[in-house]
Amino acid sequence: MQTSLLLDIAADACGDRIAVGPMDGGLSYASLRTRAHSTARWLADKDTQHAVFIGLNGPALPVLLFASGMAGLPFVPINYRLSDEDLRKLVARTVPAVVVVDDDMAPRVTEVEGVEFLLRSEFDARFVTGPIDEPVELPEDDNDIAILLFTSGTTGDPKAAVLRHANLTSYVMSTVEFLGSDEDEAALVSVPPYHIAGISAILTSVYGGRRIVYLPAFTAEEWVATAAREGITHAMVVPTMLDRILDVMERTGETLPTLRALSYGGGRMPEPTIARALAKLPNVAFVNAYGLTETSSTIALLGAEDHRIAFASNDPDVRRRLGSVGKPLPSVELEIRDEAGHVLGPCEQGEIYVRGEQVSGEYLHKRAITDDGWFATNDGGWLDKDGYLYVDGRLDDVIVRGGENISPGEIEHVLREDDTVADCAVLGLPCATWGEKVVAVIVGKSDSVDCDALAAMVRSKLRSTKTPEAWFIRTELPYNETGKLLRRVLKAELSADC
Amino acid sequence: MELKPGSRWKSAVCDAQMVVVRPPNTDGTLQCGGAPVLPQADATAPSGDVDAAHANGVLIGKRYVDETSGIEVLGAKPGKGSLAFDGRPLTLKEAKPLPASD
Repeated sequence: MQTSLLLDIAADACGDRIAVGPMDGGLSYASLRTRAHSTARWLADKDTQHAVFIGLNGPALPVLLFASGMAGLPFVPINYRLSDEDLRKLVARTVPAVVVVDDDMAPRVTEVEGVEFLLRSEFDARFVTGPIDEPVELPEDDNDIAILLFTSGTTGDPKAAVLRHANLTSYVMSTVEFLGSDEDEAALVSVPPYHIAGISAILTSVYGGRRIVYLPAFTAEEWVATAAREGITHAMVVPTMLDRILDVMERTGETLPTLRALSYGGGRMPEPTIARALAKLPNVAFVNAYGLTETSSTIALLGAEDHRIAFASNDPDVRRRLGSVGKPLPSVELEIRDEAGHVLGPCEQGEIYVRGEQVSGEYLHKRAITDDGWFATNDGGWLDKDGYLYVDGRLDDVIVRGGENISPGEIEHVLREDDTVADCAVLGLPCATWGEKVVAVIVGKSDSVDCDALAAMVRSKLRSTKTPEAWFIRTELPYNETGKLLRRVLKAELSADC
Repeated sequence: MELKPGSRWKSAVCDAQMVVVRPPNTDGTLQCGGAPVLPQADATAPSGDVDAAHANGVLIGKRYVDETSGIEVLGAKPGKGSLAFDGRPLTLKEAKPLPASD
């Protein structure tokens, strides 16, 4: 099944509905399909193996995504925030390729050979805003690979994750009701095009019949202003965005009365932030979603009802669920396994494994999935007795102290529950005695943070080997634009300090 | 009738259109309103009557399954006829909608 089918049936059923852009002047489903057809016809005449996109969010993105599928080409959105050198390296890995690139970014990549460039302004004029004819003949759309997404490459060169049409359509059809959205619903998409959530937002919104409104790039001010102006009902944010959005709402007095649902994911949300959001937006349904590029986005989620119950509860086991990612989707299987591959029971920490049709578990030239379909996520985690999933973080981040594996996430979780802690990070630094030692970096809610008291608290709740041996106070922690804590950056800074 | 995943079909007797989500595990005929369905691209307009025994309708966005053959079908346009596989009526697949997360 091809991703273009999702657009096709939506355009047949409600061609006049607005798919992308403002209610007044946006692209209808019928127009989006015609424009994608026309773009596909153009792509099919090129001697190319990929359709690459380097640019900010906008209607060109869904047009090119669907067109690539129709033309039988993998669509490859690339991270424009990379250094010029890294950006050119990734583009070079896609040749022969057609690259649509924002005008101001074009000089950074035009020297790569084997690429046919089209400036974004020209693409927009020709395929997005200009008059367009339905092409007579379309190419066959029978390729398998829908999307290549380069992973952030925290360990070595970025890997090209492969998402096949079957993975993506399975994800969409098993999680979204076809045209299940009301006509007034609109999703504000502010995650960048090269993030899996940016891709899945297009597919799920189109299939669900929900209008997409783009922020070219995230700022909290623009997010709030756009949400108010466009009557946004749904949005997805990464953790670093939410606090800033709430700040702007407080400053401007904007209440966003049309907002119904806010989902968040892409990193651990500090509990104080979500508690603040729940208090400030009592009529909004909050959803915490956990997923990976390799799983076509969401595989577990904590729904609105779970949020309310946990937020209102005095039972620590229930309250704690605000820090969980909820339960696995009905359409996937999920297990926690130990290093030997044995399945673990409730409350035992191990590696998260997942299986299902939406799980690709595949990189270019390398399948990372077992013969029976299980994908090892490289995320540590555990399930509580009621089946709620807690994600401890990347196994690459595990601290090995004197032969003992220590999960930073577990310690961070305990620290975040302290009222004086606004944000924190735990990581391992080289140590002559133990190999690695546990250190904590704290962002306090006020200037006075009592690290001795925090150490005593961790020791009482966990054990002494998990208690940080060195403490650092910072005013903020380094995150990337999609909400991932930059542990490498922090580690390098602290190693220089030690 | 090659009922591949993603293949599109339409009723011969009403306005219903559908997409095969999961193929059947055996050869057979998908019917709507009591008559074999036609490929979506077929130019024939609907004609004839919906068989009263297969008139429960197809709803847009709903999924219909036949447990015996495993076929699963999505309603892409509504119609008066209801679906069957080799004469066995398909049943509505109950699915609890999930909240949007992307």
